[in-house]
Amino acid sequence: MTMTDADPAQTDPTQPHAARSAVAATDDRREALPPTPRRLALTRAYGHGGLLIGSTIILLLILTAIFAPLLAPHDPFAQSLSARMLPPVWSEGGNAEYLLGTDQNGRDYLSRLIYGARISLMIGLGAASIGMLIGVTLGVTAGYFGGWIDHAVSFLLTAQLALPGLLLAMALVFIIGPSVWVVICIVGVLHWTYYLVVTRAATQRIRSLDFVAAAQAAGSTPGQVIRHEILPNLVSSIIVIFTFELGIAILAESSLSFLGVGIQPPMPSWGLMIAEGKQSMFYRPWLVVLPGLCLFALVIGANLLGDGLRDVTSPDGRN
Amino acid sequence: MPMLEIDNLSVTLDLPAGPLHAVRDVSLSLDRGESLGIVGESGSGKSMSALALMRLLPRRARMGAGAIRFDDVDLGGLDDATFAGDYLGPKLGMIFQEPMTSLNPVYRIGRQLTEASVRGGKLTASAARRRAIELLDRVGIPEPEARMAQYPHQLSGGQRQRVMIAMALMMEPDLLIADEPTTALDVTVQAQIMELLEDLRREMGMGMILITHDLAVVARNVDRVAVMYGGEVVEAGDAARVLHMPRHPYTRALLGAIPRTDGPARKLEAIPGTVPSLYARPEACVFGPRCPQARPECQESVPPVRGDSNHWRRCVLAAAELRATQHAPEAIERARADVEEIALEAKGVTRVFRSRKGPFGPPHEIRAVDDVNLDVKRGEILALVGESGSGKSTLARMLLGLDAPTTGEILLDGTRVSDMAPMDRAGRVQPIFQDPYSSLNPRRTLAEIIARPLALRGEGDARSRRRKACEMMELVRLPDRLLHSYPSQLSGGQRQRVAIARALVTDPRMLVCDEPTSALDVSVQAQILNLLVQLQRDLGLTCLLITHDMAVVHQVATRVAVMLNGRLIEAGPADEVLTNPATDYTKRLLAAAPRFERDDAQTRDLAV
Repeated sequence: MTMTDADPAQTDPTQPHAARSAVAATDDRREALPPTPRRLALTRAYGHGGLLIGSTIILLLILTAIFAPLLAPHDPFAQSLSARMLPPVWSEGGNAEYLLGTDQNGRDYLSRLIYGARISLMIGLGAASIGMLIGVTLGVTAGYFGGWIDHAVSFLLTAQLALPGLLLAMALVFIIGPSVWVVICIVGVLHWTYYLVVTRAATQRIRSLDFVAAAQAAGSTPGQVIRHEILPNLVSSIIVIFTFELGIAILAESSLSFLGVGIQPPMPSWGLMIAEGKQSMFYRPWLVVLPGLCLFALVIGANLLGDGLRDVTSPDGRN
Repeated sequence: MPMLEIDNLSVTLDLPAGPLHAVRDVSLSLDRGESLGIVGESGSGKSMSALALMRLLPRRARMGAGAIRFDDVDLGGLDDATFAGDYLGPKLGMIFQEPMTSLNPVYRIGRQLTEASVRGGKLTASAARRRAIELLDRVGIPEPEARMAQYPHQLSGGQRQRVMIAMALMMEPDLLIADEPTTALDVTVQAQIMELLEDLRREMGMGMILITHDLAVVARNVDRVAVMYGGEVVEAGDAARVLHMPRHPYTRALLGAIPRTDGPARKLEAIPGTVPSLYARPEACVFGPRCPQARPECQESVPPVRGDSNHWRRCVLAAAELRATQHAPEAIERARADVEEIALEAKGVTRVFRSRKGPFGPPHEIRAVDDVNLDVKRGEILALVGESGSGKSTLARMLLGLDAPTTGEILLDGTRVSDMAPMDRAGRVQPIFQDPYSSLNPRRTLAEIIARPLALRGEGDARSRRRKACEMMELVRLPDRLLHSYPSQLSGGQRQRVAIARALVTDPRMLVCDEPTSALDVSVQAQILNLLVQLQRDLGLTCLLITHDMAVVHQVATRVAVMLNGRLIEAGPADEVLTNPATDYTKRLLAAAPRFERDDAQTRDLAV
């Protein structure tokens, strides 16, 4: 074989190996192209029970929140002092007009739960997203660049962990003044530590892998490396933390509301309803149990959805 | 009567895709004091066989029917407690592959050495300590008494493997199983460890099972050999006879795939295809699909066992039917630098790493590369040789522009690498890395990975980039159907081809290959080396090849540069350096390289 022999396919015919592999290769090439990864992911999604249940729950809750005015049988703010503390329809003394009973002020509990879905979903999704934005940005930056940036971020983390979160939140709300958006922002700003810890460690690990070096050698800027090479590998852990933080954020809101610095009455939120119902929990358990069940459904749904998304989007179809 | 007899051992792994028959009907026997080498590529079932013997199989593995007898006691009939108490340690000892992870990092060496014998009531604490010190001394650890109080991280890889050997010998086992004991170590250390094992075996009259993928290691150190492929023993017998007169096409092909340090460089006999994963019990020859001499009957039934107990194989071919070699070894014309144009030049390059423990800790300096002067001529393959820690990978990172030298400068095509725009640099030089399992983003499909450098440069649209990716896959002989696969669905050799395709997609003029084949099986290494040489010749690439393997150097390199402790200690034309090394270190490297000199004349006589 001479040095000028340019075509790799024209290998020496005296080599049975090369000739055979060339034949095998052409046979392979003739096969129909397999389904694209997106199609495969969709196929997997249809067969994934947890994902289906989770997305159904979340979808129902979101629809409820959007169409609350159409679904609610009563005005959630309308008080009726003659119909205070009515039990749900299936208990003794229940009333078909108020299917899930009424609260201390005689407001329809079902309507308040339906409207409460709006606030609770907003707070859960909003706060978990803000936390994600802060935590992932800091974590990836610290993990990727290391050095003094890493030291600074680690210091920030230590400081955040050392502060009593609830107290800080109370102080902030007290200074800024309570509103739904303020609560969302403050809960979000106080819940980024998990994202940071996980993404920082993962970024440090991924950064040392050869495919990052290959991307750098191909001329990627740090931003391109982070977006294209590192973030896709963090998605599954971020999803898991997000679904976990969703529940935490809603509970944090309920603590704030219980202390009077969260959602202000008469706005209904599940957290606030639990807080309000707590006083008479032993005599009228439904006041706590019903919003509790809603919260439970939301968190379970989010977790199932998150786990399902992780399974479906991972390259080999499982974790 | 043999000390160990394994009859029809089978191991099945329950995987999501179905039961995988990792080991099928393996029968082996070993006499007292005898050594047996089990050779095979990854996936051949060699480690599973040993783990089954030690009852260390992974949880989802099932051991099939078959009997393991040790000194005529059926081990299968013993309960776990009896087996652990009476056999593991005093009768069977094992050494694992990874010295970095097989010692517990939180316990002192002394405790780990003595624990088993003291717990088992075999020795008193003081007797165990005395024996441990004695053994550490015997395995060549300096100041053994002081070492007893040290932790594993204070020892080097080679020393840890010595400690592992000492630990296995604490209970004076009758049979020592060594699973790739030297694979993770440097070449010079490898040779020392193998020598030590051999000496100890003779001294203590132990039996030994040496599991390895490296035929050269086996050729030097064992009495008998069993060659495994696809979960079966395909050929077995006296080491000298199997290795010098191989009668199974697989053994022959495997021997042909090993790069050699003697004679003229020739094209390696790559075995086409990959090692199969057997989900169904095969009703035919396991090697049939890759065999150059396959016949129709190979597909129809399991081939018969031929030969006598001193040397047998599972093949339909009679000795006379085997072709001497598949083809006359084709001499490869090694690349010559036609022009004296310098493609890459390192001038007085030094790299010092400074680190601190925490923000206010004391500074700590490591001189990874120390005043290196090196030039690579256009169109040549320059091999950079050295052991781990010699600074060769740090140098490569600087040549790629991924790291900047502390002092000195690197010129690429006459321009300083540090002054170049990243895109300009990327168009001139591209890397290929050692570990094909970490060099591809697991979250991206092959099409995305290969076309990514084009996307970064903003070349063409999605469609033309996709087409270019297909072309590159054809160039490195990857089938189109893998276009949308993720790296996890590929074998190591296939992944390395993807890495090569990605490196070549922007038509760079130079490649920096950092140990491109050291993580691959021999037959796959041959495929990749042949591919690299062919690409280099066809595309006129300049190539800097970093390796520790002198045989690979001999195989492909035009010139060699040797590094030790961050310094360049020798450089020159490959033939000269290999035949007439100037420094002691290069001599040591050459002497330590496991070599396998095949007696070609003998092989030819046999075939006639």
